[in-house]
Amino acid sequence: MERDTHFVTGVYEDEDVLLQAITQVRSSGIKIHEVYSPYPVHGIDDYLGYKRSKLPIAAFLFGLLGTTLALTMQFYMMKFDWPMIIGGKDYGAFPDFIPVTFELTVLLASFGMVGVFMVSTNLKPWAQPRIFDLRITDDKHVMAIDIANNSAMELAKIEEILKSSGASEVNKKSFE
Amino acid sequence: MAHHVQHYNLDQKFDFTAATKKIVFTVLGIGAALLIIGVLMAIFGGGHHEAAEAEGHAFHWYERLYANLWINNVYFTGIAIIGVFFFAIQYAAQAGWSTAIIRVMLSLGNWLPIAGVLMIVTFFVANHDLFHWTHAYLFDKSSPEYDSIIDGKGAFFYWPMAKGTFPVFYIFRMVLFFGFWVFFFKKFQQFTYNEDIIGGTSSWYKIRSWSAFFLIFFAVSSSISAWDWVMSIDTHWFSTLFGWYVFSSWFVAGLSTITLIVIFLKSQGLLEMVNENHVHDLGKFIFGFTIFWTYLWFSQFLLIYYANIPEETVYFIERLSSDIYGPFIFVNLGLNFVLPFLLLMTRDSKRHGVFLKLVCALIIAGHWVDFFLMVQPGTLGHNGGVGFMEVGMFLVYGAAFTFVVLSGLAKGNLVPKNHPMLEESYNHHI
Repeated sequence: MERDTHFVTGVYEDEDVLLQAITQVRSSGIKIHEVYSPYPVHGIDDYLGYKRSKLPIAAFLFGLLGTTLALTMQFYMMKFDWPMIIGGKDYGAFPDFIPVTFELTVLLASFGMVGVFMVSTNLKPWAQPRIFDLRITDDKHVMAIDIANNSAMELAKIEEILKSSGASEVNKKSFE
Repeated sequence: MAHHVQHYNLDQKFDFTAATKKIVFTVLGIGAALLIIGVLMAIFGGGHHEAAEAEGHAFHWYERLYANLWINNVYFTGIAIIGVFFFAIQYAAQAGWSTAIIRVMLSLGNWLPIAGVLMIVTFFVANHDLFHWTHAYLFDKSSPEYDSIIDGKGAFFYWPMAKGTFPVFYIFRMVLFFGFWVFFFKKFQQFTYNEDIIGGTSSWYKIRSWSAFFLIFFAVSSSISAWDWVMSIDTHWFSTLFGWYVFSSWFVAGLSTITLIVIFLKSQGLLEMVNENHVHDLGKFIFGFTIFWTYLWFSQFLLIYYANIPEETVYFIERLSSDIYGPFIFVNLGLNFVLPFLLLMTRDSKRHGVFLKLVCALIIAGHWVDFFLMVQPGTLGHNGGVGFMEVGMFLVYGAAFTFVVLSGLAKGNLVPKNHPMLEESYNHHI
């Protein structure tokens, strides 16, 4: 059940123009699908009104999982499953377990964070990327607007707003 | 981002008002009162005589006073030099974000001349009562108290004089370090305030060059001063990472002090170009270097615990198995690692004042505990502890330090108005 999706794209030459344009386009009631740029534009997420990422919470929880796993594993192995005296210390020598606990915390926090990031942004290896304009890898900023999301507004009106906001070109783009 | 040129008042000065002074002097008064109560209690309290006799060394009340002087000398010297160090780092790293607050950093250095005098005077007054290695009989082969290990380290203190006489090399280093630190501090001050008058970029380039030399000197001197002033108390014992451990303790406490002063100045309606982004960066520094301190503390502990070599473990046995110091090991870790780590983890807590102020205060108290644990067990043994004298002396030093630093800050312009990177600092965004 593939549905054709249609977009209007505005091409911008300059990042300052782009940021002003985002404010202007949003205030005119158009919902922006996404903005693509060849390099990270500082503060663009504020202009687009993005909510704060919840990724740090995922990182914290995965880190906590790592800490718990590491301590459980070491206490179980060293104190209960196969008690061994190493270096004349107790079976459950807590300070000895800290380096492994630290490493597993960092490992799980970072792997978990990368994993959650890839899932939440649909970055799976077999994903088909949507290229709105090849020049976004070169020197152009592109603002994509999903027509289906802005059905209340006429297409010509959207194009006019993009033009007046400083876009050097306004194009249409469809994906299968 | 589309930035517009900002029009801030760049000639603003910090006004050290009578109201603020009153608070500082109140703290000083409370501290002095507690200190006097503590001293009187130590003089008339007694109670340690049997133990002292068993040890063959009578304990005097003034030894505890000297130990307290020493703790605060080392601690506040550290906070002061960290201000200069962090200032130099900004220039060496060509950092722009911090431009609006670099004079706050530099102002901590105002304490350095006083700290130097206090340190040298305390050393000569306290001498045998603080530093075991100052006893001449340790180096006398015919003496029953001859100590071959300390004799082996003797040249580090006494060269080129005979061991057990006058510690020329030690005093030379103390004077050299303070001399250069004050010299660099004055140079930085001179260049940065001169920049307000002459403008241009020449001052910036000069400070950057001087910063590079200062950082090289500081790398060596901070480490050696930690051996001299702290590690030599436990003369037999040594730890190869002790210099960085003391430095990290200083650094976290210094960063907390800088942050508290910045938040205070903002609450006075000054530094309006400093926003939550700058505070966030200071918070991140504190968070990161809290973990760095923990890493060094734990590395030192784990290796000693694991290897279990008697001459190394004695340091922790003395502390952990003591009723007086044992609990403070955990207070130390709680205040300096667990609480800052959990409280400063989220973005919001670093950006908004309340949590950050709380954590900074905890850290400043916490690192005092750290230095307390470094100094007192080796000097006072079971006669130490945290009482009126400790709290009082800390408050007295804290109030004096605050007074000197804020007076210094009030003398010049608060913002380096001709700094080439000021605009970058306004637009700092994270």
